Amino acid sequence: MEYVVEMLNITKEFPGIKANDDVTLRVEKGEIHALLGENGAGKSTLMSVLFGLYQAEKGTIRIHGKEVDISNPNVANKHGIGMVHQHFKLVHNFTVTENIILGLEPTKSFGRIDIDKAAKKVMEISQKYGLKVDPHSKIEDITVGMQQRVEILKMLYRNAEILIFDEPTAVLTPQEIKELMGIMRELVKEGKSIVLITHKLKEISMVADHCTVLRRGRYIGTVKVSETTEEEMAEMMVGREVSFEVDKVPATPSDIVLKIENLNIKNSRNLMAVKNLNLEVKAGEILCVAGIDGNGQSELIKGITGLTKIESGKILFDGQDIAHDSVRNRTLKGIGHIPEDRHKYGLVLDFSLEENMALQSYFQEPLSKNGILQPEALRKHSDILIEEFDIRSGQGSVTSARSMSGGNQQKAIIAREVERSPRLLIAAQPTRGLDVGAIEYIHQRLVRERDSGKAILLMSLEMEEVLNLSDRIAVIYEGEIVGIVDATKTNENELGLMMAGSRKGKVD
Amino acid sequence: MKKFIDFITNEKNHKFVIPAIAIFLGFFVGSIILILTGQNPIKLFTSIIRGVLGIDMSRIGSGRSVFNARYVGEYFVFAMPIILTGLSVAFAFRTGLFNIGAEGQLLVGSFASVAAGVTLDLPGVILLPVVILSGTLAGAIWGFVPGILKAKFNVHEVVVTIMMNYTALYLTNYYLKQLPGSDNVKSIPLPAGATLKSEFLIEMTNRSRLHWGFILVIIAIFIFWYIIEKTTFGYELKAVGYNPHAARYAGMKVERNAALSMAIAGAFSGLAGTVIAIGTFGYGRVLGSFENYGFEGIAVALVGGNTALGSVFGGLLFGSLSAAQPVMQSSGIPRDIAIIISSTIILFVAMQNGIKIILKRIKGAK
Ligand SMILES: Nc1ncnc2c1ncn2[C@@H]1O[C@H](COP(=O)(O)OP(=O)(O)OP(=O)(O)O)[C@@H](O)[C@H]1O
Ligand SMILES: [Mg+2]
Repeated sequence: MEYVVEMLNITKEFPGIKANDDVTLRVEKGEIHALLGENGAGKSTLMSVLFGLYQAEKGTIRIHGKEVDISNPNVANKHGIGMVHQHFKLVHNFTVTENIILGLEPTKSFGRIDIDKAAKKVMEISQKYGLKVDPHSKIEDITVGMQQRVEILKMLYRNAEILIFDEPTAVLTPQEIKELMGIMRELVKEGKSIVLITHKLKEISMVADHCTVLRRGRYIGTVKVSETTEEEMAEMMVGREVSFEVDKVPATPSDIVLKIENLNIKNSRNLMAVKNLNLEVKAGEILCVAGIDGNGQSELIKGITGLTKIESGKILFDGQDIAHDSVRNRTLKGIGHIPEDRHKYGLVLDFSLEENMALQSYFQEPLSKNGILQPEALRKHSDILIEEFDIRSGQGSVTSARSMSGGNQQKAIIAREVERSPRLLIAAQPTRGLDVGAIEYIHQRLVRERDSGKAILLMSLEMEEVLNLSDRIAVIYEGEIVGIVDATKTNENELGLMMAGSRKGKVD
Repeated sequence: MKKFIDFITNEKNHKFVIPAIAIFLGFFVGSIILILTGQNPIKLFTSIIRGVLGIDMSRIGSGRSVFNARYVGEYFVFAMPIILTGLSVAFAFRTGLFNIGAEGQLLVGSFASVAAGVTLDLPGVILLPVVILSGTLAGAIWGFVPGILKAKFNVHEVVVTIMMNYTALYLTNYYLKQLPGSDNVKSIPLPAGATLKSEFLIEMTNRSRLHWGFILVIIAIFIFWYIIEKTTFGYELKAVGYNPHAARYAGMKVERNAALSMAIAGAFSGLAGTVIAIGTFGYGRVLGSFENYGFEGIAVALVGGNTALGSVFGGLLFGSLSAAQPVMQSSGIPRDIAIIISSTIILFVAMQNGIKIILKRIKGAK
């Protein structure tokens, strides 16, 4: 069999951890090869070695059978390797087109950039693969989902033959995922080869030919997907059996914690993103705002948490209007927030893990006294959370947040917000990028919060999570709630229709 | 050798390896230029040694006195204010703000301390603290203005601070001349109780201008370090500097912190001006143009990686180049070489990403 990529006995160390320990990965030409492993297992690291971002201490890489030395991403590009990173690498105040052509700009006379030509080519590729983008929008103004598509276009624009997707579906809607799967199939048909990192086993069964499993930096094995069940793959990666169902008793909602009345919020482009919205969340229930990305759910959450000014309306928290409170006041009154964009809002990447753990409580005792930080308290606080939530990193509390794996960064944020046990916990895409074992644990924790009488406002694009975790589902479409349904009395189809704007499903 | 390469290519050591490389390259370029112009580069180094340590190498063995403490004293006189303006720039930078206004804050600090010293009739023990506080506070106010404009109206601090540098220069010149007894170039001397002058230090350093200001500098260094490393306020400032979105998410008042950070930065510069006026000179001076303490502060902060200790180190480094200039001239090499060296160092520190890439290549090749 001909292999396009062979990574043999790769070892890559970071301070305090062997991220890859004698790992071997062989990708056949024209296949989709899945890479599976827990958070921090070393998947992104392995792919960064292939893409020339890191140099392995040991091991060899062969491309088309020839041994190569990939010293930086430019060399990788030359070998036809492209990568969509787990955390996008886009210039935020550049437009979509500018980002895609960056480094490969077509020019007119006198070296001026021919932006129209570029935009045209971008549109061509984007139409060919159905990757909908607005070529003239700035990155900072578009949704995470669209940013993802820009990353994919960037790679295709460079005619890459070996495509690495690091958790591309984490931010997509079910519909978009289906489309992406179609695109990937299309790409391999054209002779390209794909390495796909994903935590979603369903996707692996859907499109992948082979699956290589890593656990804690070690190579566990490679299986043929058509001959393996999802349960088997999960067990291979976690080392134990995993339950996919959320284990919970029916909710016993009591008083209304959050009541939103006629809320209007504008988005960054000054268009009305939330329109006359009304919503209630009760203590002891998980209410999910479900919808297709970009229908106002992000703005709604920013409005409730105080990150965006609202236009008009009321946000009643325990009967008190907090619409004009500061972010800090809302936090102190009992609102916790797991933000959608973990790098923009959730973490200070240049802080250590323990400093990040303190982000919402550094100003209170015991973490500080009279304005003086208490290093021992900070350390203890963080050590406990690391232990409880199984946050894996090279050096524990002192690890810089930037160097942590995506899933472990997410776990750190969840740990920080859940631990405070706020009266209202707003969880936007809480399990994005988490492995199945971690998702199981986080779901349990959220249910436990619910059962202890807390209100949980969930925002998720993940159909399975929406259906499994929520008690009630409020479907948002173009900034309005088009219907609220009971999670046990609905199904994917009905929700899908409602998300597309149909009001048929309206229950109460 | 292998150990050496391991050390310099280790990312953990980049913090000081990169400035070290930049300094090495700066002196290297300086030496090359001297050789090209037919001069002996050794003179450059003997000048610096004399300017900093007061040791005159050419006299070794001649029987004449080799060591002159005055140079050491004057070296500290050069280094003190730029350590302070370095702290000023570094402090603002930790909050993500670029304080080009250290020069202006320094000037108003100078003026305010002189004005207080000349006009206030206070008993000895309070006079000096009041004079120092006036200078520091004036600098703080001069820094707060661009800070609050940034916070309230999002006016870029670089634009405002540059403008306020000129305002400070002309305003302080004008008002200095209005002080009782001033002539066209300087104010009357401050009463002895309002200065930092010390006969003891002067005597000890063979009549240099060294003064008690170094104690204030040490206190300032400590305060910088303490605020940034130990307090919740410093934690907020750093969070705002690294990621303002996350800071806002965490309920920090991003704008208020920016304004405060600029005020504190201004206080450091104001203190620098105070130290010059009531320490080095003991009277206020009317200035024809900027003396570039503010710009040196930017270089100091840059080389020092915006930390307290780094600023001390950077201040001592650039101070040595300033102190060496008169010696260089008297030994026949152009003083501009010192300026070329400082600029080259700044250039290479600013190109640190390039240096990092090269270090990475060296590591990879190994
Ligand atoms: N630049 C770095 N410096 C130090 N440690 C690092 C660095 N990059 C990764 N690590 C560590 O190496 C380990 C593997 O990280 P990696 O990002 O490869 O995990 P992953 O399998 O992609 O996980 P996830 O599913 O969470 O994205 C983690 O423990 C991480 O903390
Ligand atoms: Mg990863």
